[in-house]
Amino acid sequence: MQKQQNRPSTDCAKTKKVYYGPVATEFAATNTGIWRIVRPDVRLENCIFCGTCCKHCPTDVVTVEKDGANRGVHFDWAYCKGCGICANVCPKQCIEMLPEEGVCKL
Amino acid sequence: MLMKSESRGLIAHGMGACAGCGLELAARIILDVLGENTVIVIPPGCAATFSGYGKETVTKIPGFQGNLENTAAYAAGIKAGFEVQGRDDITVLGLAGDGATVDIGLQSLSGALERGDKILYICYDNEAYMNTGIQGSGSTPLDAWTTTTPGGKSVYRKDMVGIVAAHKIPYTATASVGYVDDLRKKVEKAKAATAVGPAYLHLHIPCPTGWGSAPDKSIEIAKLAVQTLCWPLYEITDGVHYKLTVPVAKPKPVEEYLKLQKRFSGVKAEQLQDVQQGVDKEYARLLKRLG
Amino acid sequence: MKRVMLDGNGSASEALRLAKVKVIAVYPITPQSPISEKLADFVVQGKLDAKYIRVESEHSAMSCAIGAQLTGVRAGTATSSVGLALMHEVLGVAAGCRVPIVMPVVNRSLVSPWSLWCDHQDSMAERDGGWMQLYAENAQEVLDFILIAYRAAEDGRVQLPAMVCLDGFFLSHMSDAIYLPDQATVDSFLPPYVRQNFYLDPADPMFINDLTPSIEFTEMRYQQAVAFSQAETVLPEAFTEFKKVFGREYSMIEAYRCDDAEAVIVTLGSMSGTAKHTVDILRDQGKQVGMVKIVAFRPFPAGLLKAALANVATVGVIDRSASFGAQVGPVATEVRSALSGKPVQGFIAGLGGRDVSVSTFEKAFGRLLEQKTTDELVWLDVKDNALTLREVDSQC
Repeated sequence: MQKQQNRPSTDCAKTKKVYYGPVATEFAATNTGIWRIVRPDVRLENCIFCGTCCKHCPTDVVTVEKDGANRGVHFDWAYCKGCGICANVCPKQCIEMLPEEGVCKL
Repeated sequence: MLMKSESRGLIAHGMGACAGCGLELAARIILDVLGENTVIVIPPGCAATFSGYGKETVTKIPGFQGNLENTAAYAAGIKAGFEVQGRDDITVLGLAGDGATVDIGLQSLSGALERGDKILYICYDNEAYMNTGIQGSGSTPLDAWTTTTPGGKSVYRKDMVGIVAAHKIPYTATASVGYVDDLRKKVEKAKAATAVGPAYLHLHIPCPTGWGSAPDKSIEIAKLAVQTLCWPLYEITDGVHYKLTVPVAKPKPVEEYLKLQKRFSGVKAEQLQDVQQGVDKEYARLLKRLG
Repeated sequence: MKRVMLDGNGSASEALRLAKVKVIAVYPITPQSPISEKLADFVVQGKLDAKYIRVESEHSAMSCAIGAQLTGVRAGTATSSVGLALMHEVLGVAAGCRVPIVMPVVNRSLVSPWSLWCDHQDSMAERDGGWMQLYAENAQEVLDFILIAYRAAEDGRVQLPAMVCLDGFFLSHMSDAIYLPDQATVDSFLPPYVRQNFYLDPADPMFINDLTPSIEFTEMRYQQAVAFSQAETVLPEAFTEFKKVFGREYSMIEAYRCDDAEAVIVTLGSMSGTAKHTVDILRDQGKQVGMVKIVAFRPFPAGLLKAALANVATVGVIDRSASFGAQVGPVATEVRSALSGKPVQGFIAGLGGRDVSVSTFEKAFGRLLEQKTTDELVWLDVKDNALTLREVDSQC
């Protein structure tokens, strides 16, 4: 039978330690962007940068930038599921859900 | 924790909740308010998508996946463990579904509330056992289709908030993912209340999968639930002082809420009046309790 | 060292106090209730610095205990009978998550039929669950085994929860003169709790008890099995250390007058004392008998039993619980397995509070000495009218 070792001291950052039993110790995201069959498209000229889309995005992948070089409404395509809530809640109805091309642009 | 991904908040952006899931939005808001100094207890259910699989998790705060019926008991034990080590500052949150709270979890919750254990218990109510495939729970509303009420539920749901209020805990409130600012405020208040005793939030969570609604309409539907008086937003302090937090000046007819959900498609036109009367009666009862 | 009058429940309570449990979550149940009360007294009287969670069920008791211990403190709980049965689901969490809780279990039968009294059905029903199990013969052992169990359970090579079993009423309510150690001596044997395995701490987040895929589940169960295997080394080490500090010697089994015995009976719990007494009586009559008491039932001391019984012609086991549908009782099944090939007579006695008396042992030894070992289970103390116990006039 395999031997369960006495746990070494954890003083040194390089020392490994072992947990026994079920525990998740790694923070990792799933590539939910591949779920999309439609994706949000913002008509920026009608956007008032209120942030309502951002506030209601379940995956929190919307970034609204009112000024500067990066002005616009940005989506993290790696994770956007294409649920369409942003389009539904937008007070200016300036987000349209367009068919996903079939390629998830990461 | 090994960070194999980055996220703005305490939950990874890519996680397994359904597209349009009300819980996913709510959970991010809740943890955003509570912050890192929080330990979360999650029973099996939709929230368990936040717990993890194997060695990976999508949640940055420490957590424990308990059994279906004892979220409140684990939370109480964890809180006690921290208290005796002088770490009272840590918030202990139980995030359990309606099934895990209203049905099988009722006993352990009631025990924790009666004892005054300083836990923050949030029941996310998607009105059925969704994670196991849409079976009816004690919180499924009248007439709703579920796989175990395929003819439409024939009895009213439990007044869970009333049950909790009977324990006279410092802070109880209903909330909705359709009213995110109200939700935020309530999570803040609930957190503050756990300095002196338990706090309970009953949170309405539209479920496109189980309700047969369009994923993009989850927020709209949550708002309609409030606007049709099906899900009034109020808070109760010490079990006796009631206050409406989102008054509804012009209530909409309940039909507007029901028609967006396939689970109510079995409700015939003749029944609608009864349904409306039921909602109105319940709301009138609530109004009587207001301070 | 001073001795005090304590019953089994009192000894168990003192042991938990001496182990300095910091969170107590206990639900009363006959015959364990005095433990729930005694611990409450200790806290209120300032004799024990702990938070007492007056839980509303045993299921919650074990849940609170696990939650608390995962934050890094010793949690205390105790139960009996159907309370243990109610905890069943959560016992698995403690075992699988390697939370080294030590829990006194006051042995009482399961239902139905309803009984308030002693047998081992409750703890036997948990024998596969991943908890270590020690069985006490007397109130001194109750106290001592609890301290030893902490030492072994919390050892880095083990990290398994442990039950210390004491017979309901026969031990729990029987007063005896107990050597009660002082705190300083206990502290020298049992260091403060140090969290070993995973834990809950915002300073070092991890998600405990998440869903485990099939590609990993077997390995985690294997880890538990390895720990049990290591417990067979760690427990004897704890016994040795205990003797050094307290002067009392224990081991995983206790063989009494077996060296030249023709017939030996294997026992568990308080009946062991009666067995020893009966052995002495029969020995005075010239009969060559002995007994073996199993102290640690989990991990099962197969090797030690095999060695102790190597030269004994006839072996019997008295089970104080039934394993319906099996050939013999749970202990007899495992003794048979350990002695592979050697005939072992299975006996059942003492269910539902029936005393396992000298005459019961005499009857058993009598059978064994006639060398009548059968494959079949012998119900030593069943009455002749068993099947007509409830004969009533029928309505015509």
